[in-house]
Amino acid sequence: MLNEQNLEHNTSKEWQPKIVAFFCNWCTYTAADLAGVSRIKHAPNIRVIRVMCSGRVDPQFILDSFAKGADGVLIGGCHPGDCHYQEGNYKCLRRFELLRRVVESFGIDADRLRLEWISASEGDRVRLVVNDMASKVKALGPLAFPKKQIEWAQEMFIEEEEFAGKEVEYV
Amino acid sequence: MSDKPKLAFYWCAACGGCEESVVDLAEDILFVVDNVDIIFWPVGMDFKRADVEKYQDGEITVSLINGAIRSSEQLEMANLLRRKSKVMIAYGACAQLGGIPGLANEFRLEQILKYVYEEAPSVVNEMKTRPMLKYKENGFEPHLPQLWETVRLLDKVIDVDYYLPGCPPSSKLLKEAVVALLRGNMPPKGTVLAPDIALCDECPRKDSKPVDLAFEEFKRPHLNIIDAEKCILSQGFICMGPATRSGCGGLCIEGNMPCTGCYGPTSRVKDQSAKILSSISSNIAAKEEKDINKVLNGIPDPVGTFYRYSLAKSLLGRKLNI
Repeated sequence: MLNEQNLEHNTSKEWQPKIVAFFCNWCTYTAADLAGVSRIKHAPNIRVIRVMCSGRVDPQFILDSFAKGADGVLIGGCHPGDCHYQEGNYKCLRRFELLRRVVESFGIDADRLRLEWISASEGDRVRLVVNDMASKVKALGPLAFPKKQIEWAQEMFIEEEEFAGKEVEYV
Repeated sequence: MSDKPKLAFYWCAACGGCEESVVDLAEDILFVVDNVDIIFWPVGMDFKRADVEKYQDGEITVSLINGAIRSSEQLEMANLLRRKSKVMIAYGACAQLGGIPGLANEFRLEQILKYVYEEAPSVVNEMKTRPMLKYKENGFEPHLPQLWETVRLLDKVIDVDYYLPGCPPSSKLLKEAVVALLRGNMPPKGTVLAPDIALCDECPRKDSKPVDLAFEEFKRPHLNIIDAEKCILSQGFICMGPATRSGCGGLCIEGNMPCTGCYGPTSRVKDQSAKILSSISSNIAAKEEKDINKVLNGIPDPVGTFYRYSLAKSLLGRKLNI
């Protein structure tokens, strides 16, 4: 029979996705807080970064997250019309729609980047969204961008060595 | 050999436009030649690799390398010139940002070679002949440099002291850099030798830029007429000016064309494209997902548009699943 300890032991061995989550201070972060206070359990794969508004999420943050090893990026903001700063979440939505196209052109699967509107009272929705995203990203496997960077760099060193011995022939 | 400072030019993965910009110095080139010895410039003068090799390490005052790095030969020449030079300047957008050759990072090397040697409409190559790396004949074995899968910036392969941005850098910036070098008053290492402020700041149409932009649609320069007086961005054309370093004097704007971003980002920005797409998309008027996407369809190739010169320099740098 599977008890909880057993389950944790099993899961710690297999690969777990890392998801960077940018949550807005006024809605989604508060909702995640509510989820915590209400002892709602969700997948432990998100690393939450609190921002004042989803409109503060610079596309550079998202690309940098992928570049530094995130397997997924989740952005959480207030529902349309509810932004604490009136327009921030609309700006976020427009950026997200364009950035999604760019990210897909770079070969990153659409499921790795997600935008969700979660209000301060929707603690259970945090669980649903995080669990769903964690399982989707897990199914996709690691993005492992830093590892790929190292692999791509190999070609430089191989050629350098090979040609170093033949320098005389050029002269 | 005189004891004037020594200057070397070299080109890697580039179009030759940067060499043109040296010629564009016009009569100012006489000033350069009066004050320095050009000791290596494969495009302009007959010097060989062996001429460079005979200098002491650090004997060349400054080397200007243009072009991105894509082959083993380019790496080798960059290493050689780095060793022989006191100051290394990455000259032009390709050396600094990857430039147009950097867009090849969207494809596999094999895809590119196949297209160039077999599939391009102007190619007739029934034998599917391709250049070979090595070939033996009469006891000789000539070989060609290996092309890499990834296009790299100059500073990814050697230590670079300064950057001269632009596609190509303006003659004014080149002259200023040479004068500063001769006088010995160079800024700290790693500086981009151009003003550290966005192009909009020196744009001749600055006054016509509205406070609020609200894009209803995006237009493309080859399909629409651009008003020659008004801010080009406010007319709905993608202009990279807000996210691009100034220093060119607004040449494209003067020619009534939008900025395409060749001077790269300012020093505060990590990813030029992320910044401009952030700025432009957030100013779309629509609020619904469907309507936003309708407007965004006016930008058919976001990577080619926003990363035109900076794909290799960007945070991701290369397409992942190729």
